Order: sequence, then structure tokens, then C-alpha cells
Amino acid sequence: MKEKLFKYVTTLAALCSIIFLFGIIFSIFKEGYPIFREVGLFKFLGGKSWHPTHYPPDFGILSLIVGSIVVTIGALIVSIPLGVGSAIYIAELAHPRIKEILKPLVELLAGVPSVIYGLFGMAFLSPFIRELFDIPTGLNALTASIILGIMVVPIISSISEDAITSVPKDIREASYALGANKWETIIRVVLPSAKSGVIAGVVLGFGRAIGETMVVLMVSGGAAIIPKTILEPVRPMTSAIAAEMGETIMGSSHLHALFGIAIVLFIITLVLNMTTELVIKKRMTK
Amino acid sequence: MVKKLKFSLLVFTSLAATIFLASTSLYAASKKITITGSTTVLPIAQRAAEAYMDIHKDISISVRGGGSGVGIAALIDGRADIADASRPIKTKELKTAREKGINPYANIVAKDGIAVVVHPDNPVNVLSLEELKKIYTGEITSWKEVGGLSKPIVVISRDFASGTFEVFKKLVLGGAKVKDRALMLASNKAVATTVTTTPDAIGYIGLGYLSDNVKALKINEVMPTNETVNDDSYKLARPLFMYTNGKPKGLIKSFIDFVLSLEGQKIIEEAGFVPVK
Repeated sequence: MKEKLFKYVTTLAALCSIIFLFGIIFSIFKEGYPIFREVGLFKFLGGKSWHPTHYPPDFGILSLIVGSIVVTIGALIVSIPLGVGSAIYIAELAHPRIKEILKPLVELLAGVPSVIYGLFGMAFLSPFIRELFDIPTGLNALTASIILGIMVVPIISSISEDAITSVPKDIREASYALGANKWETIIRVVLPSAKSGVIAGVVLGFGRAIGETMVVLMVSGGAAIIPKTILEPVRPMTSAIAAEMGETIMGSSHLHALFGIAIVLFIITLVLNMTTELVIKKRMTK
Repeated sequence: MVKKLKFSLLVFTSLAATIFLASTSLYAASKKITITGSTTVLPIAQRAAEAYMDIHKDISISVRGGGSGVGIAALIDGRADIADASRPIKTKELKTAREKGINPYANIVAKDGIAVVVHPDNPVNVLSLEELKKIYTGEITSWKEVGGLSKPIVVISRDFASGTFEVFKKLVLGGAKVKDRALMLASNKAVATTVTTTPDAIGYIGLGYLSDNVKALKINEVMPTNETVNDDSYKLARPLFMYTNGKPKGLIKSFIDFVLSLEGQKIIEEAGFVPVK
């Protein structure tokens, strides 16, 4: 009886999340769809000018898409070496006692609220970057990338570490038996075997970085331009949505445009998640 | 097994608690005022609500931010009794409201001066409205052109949809577009912090956010102060509204009257805004 009850409760919970998911998809498409009709798909996606409250408004989100992609790639450039490196250290090299301290510390990074990262970026990192490069402002794509990168490190690190730890011992021993040293074993044998886990971590990290809102809102500068260098400000899609949604008029084209951005963001993450899942599955069945 | 049971027990109790709380809040609704809207007006509404509830123990006021648009939409949908707004209601919003039988009534509770600020080390002290416009549209790009050092101007604006930006756009830009390279920041605090840490920056913030870390500029030779905002000699100012459905009555009137009272207006001054009474 109790078992059955428990089963129903959990089924209900699972159903709820599916309902929520479809509810979210349905509502963003319903609210966002009109903008594609009003502005046109190509003008919306390819337009370089974003002046949503000007009269007449410009609803071109190319600079916002580029902004998101720039900071996300920047974040991955920062976080992949740090994340995978720390995963290798924790899983393979660290003394058990150091591992015991280091692992929760890295995971603690994931628990720091994003607004604190944002504050740190705004008050400390951006003035530092400004002085370091002698540029007019430190609120730019580079600062956002670094902060996002730090936020993504624990995701990549902990998932990669799990993957590396779960590589069977006999593979390693076989490698040693063939005369490989520890370094060669890690790079040539362990990492390739743990590849799908590492990729999964990177994908999750990508999702985290492109979806992160508070940090980019605070440190990316928010200028809707296509940056020529990484030292220029950008306006990622999430920050545009977050900054403009609250004050916009319900039912206006501007609101539809913000939901349109949400659709684009949603599709980007969906496509990425699906392709990597396919890639990983293919690799596993090989 | 025991663990599972405990867990489901937890789920049930929390569910029950939620339902219980929801029902009690419905029950108490008659003595409740809901305020939603502009983040600029939020500190006023919050402090006023706290002071009001200290006097009237039986009344609960819930204050939320969200933005002027959110507040007005909530008023129109009947989800809020008072909509805080840092801009007048738009024709489109008014139309929707009328269709739903809501009659938004503007209560001006305070004024907000917008101070144009630069880094304290910046030698520039005065700008004309015309120069300010040229800086924000990108015609003037160096401090040298307005009597400062030969440095590029870092233009900082509030976000496109913020009420402050809207007022600035109307009063300064006059229909022109803010330049694409302007940094668009999400809050008064963010603008103030960034100006403090960026020597070549110019930004604009509410009078209440002025501090020693930034320097306010005279605009057309007038310094932004409570007096100059109130006698309209300082041009960059806007009224702050609390919209109600029709002329305020009963409980809501008593709250609005409190905000406009001597005590309420003192709270407004403490929150960094300009009293209207």
C-alpha cells in the first residue's frame, strides 16, 4: 500500500516536470511567435540594431546572439583547461587527504550565488582588467568570460572527475604494463576513455554559461554591438531579456521580441544538448 | 523504506502547509494592500509600508518590485491595489485598462531628479543639455570637446526599458537614438559603481543614489538638488507615481494619504527622493 502510494507520488512529480516543461515551451512560443511575423525572421535574427524602445523600434538581435556566443566560448576557453586539469589532479594525482579537501572546495564554487560572482566582477575584476589593458572600461566580453569561466569550472571538474574515476583500473594497469608512465597513461589512455563524461561536462558548462543571466547583466557592459575584440562590451541575450522584461509594456512588440530572444536561446541550447547526446550515444555503441 | 516513507511524509506535510498558508492569506485578504511596480519607487513604497504597518497593526501591505510595466499590468489585471511607476501610464496600457473596466488614477508621491555623474577626478563640472545629448548620441566622443582631458568618453546609460532611461531619452535625447556603444546597465547602483571605478565615464542616476564617490554635474548651470528639482529650474527630473484604480478610497486612500503626509514625505526624503509637499 505504502509502496504504491509512494510510486504514485513520484510519478506525479515526474509528470509535473514534464507539464512544466511543455508549459514553458508553449508560453514562450506563444508570446514570441508574433515578433517573427511583425519583423520577419531574417530581419529579427540578422538585424544588427537593437533599439527596442526607440520610435520606430529596431528589433535586430544579431549583436545579442554574437554577444552570447562570444562570452560563452570565452568562458569555455577559461573553464575547460581549469576544469579538466583540476579533475585530473583530483582523480589521479592528489594525495587522498588533499583530495578530500579539494573536491568539496571546487564543488563549493558551484554553490556561490551568481550575484556574488557578478559583484566580484563588477567591483574587482573589471577595474583590474581596465587598468591591465589600459582600456576605457572593464565591463566587457573578457571580464564576463572570465567570471563565467570560473562559474563553469566546478561543473566541468566534478563531472569529468567522476568520468575519470570510473575508468576501469585494468585499463590503467595495462597501460603501465606496456611501459607508459603516469603522464602518458593519463593523457593517452584515461582521458580518451573518459571522453564522453568530459564532453557531457563541457556541454553542461556551455548550457550554464549561455544561460547565465546575473553575471552578464552586471559585467558584460550591455552595449548591443558586435564586438571587434574581446575587450569591447557586449549584450548577451539573457541580459537583454532580464534587463528589459520588467519595465516593458505587456503585449507590446518589445515584449514579443524578448520572448523571441528566449525562443532563440532555447533552440540553441536544445540543439546543442541533442547533438552531443547523439554524439555520445554513437560513441558508446561503437 | 523508512527513508522513503519519511520523504513522502515530508512531501505531504509541505503540500498541506502550502495549502493551509494559501487559504489563510486568502482569508486575510480584506485587510491587505498589494503594491507592485517600479524599482525606483520600491524603496519609498517599502519604507512607507513599514511605517504605516507600525501604526496600523491589523493591515498587511505586501510590496514588490518588478518594474513600472509589471506594476501597471498587475493593476490592470487586478493583482495589485497600487502600481508604482516611474513613468506616466502609456496610451496602450490605458486602453487595455479601460477595456477591463479599470480606471488608472495617477497619484504623484515624489519627484526624482536625474543627476548626471562623472568620476570625482574628472575636471569637467558643467554640461549643457545640448552637449549631454551629443555625448549620448555619439557626436562628442572626447572629454576634450567639453573642456576636459583628451580622453575618450565612456558613455553609460540605463537599460532600454528602464523608466530612468525613458525619462532621460525624453528630456535629453529628444527622439534621437542613444549610441550603440553606450554601456547599458541594469540599475542605478550599477551605474554609480561603474562611474566610481571608471575615470572617463559619464552616467546618470537618481538623485538619491548620489554619494561622494561620484561627482554630479551642473546641467545648464543648475546643480541638481531638492530645491532645484522642486522649483523646476533643474530640467532632468520626473514625477514618481502610485497608480490606483480610480481615485483612492478607503484603505488605499489612507495609505496614499500617509505617503503624502508630513511623515510620509520625510520618508521620501530619507530614501533620497524629492518630496512634493
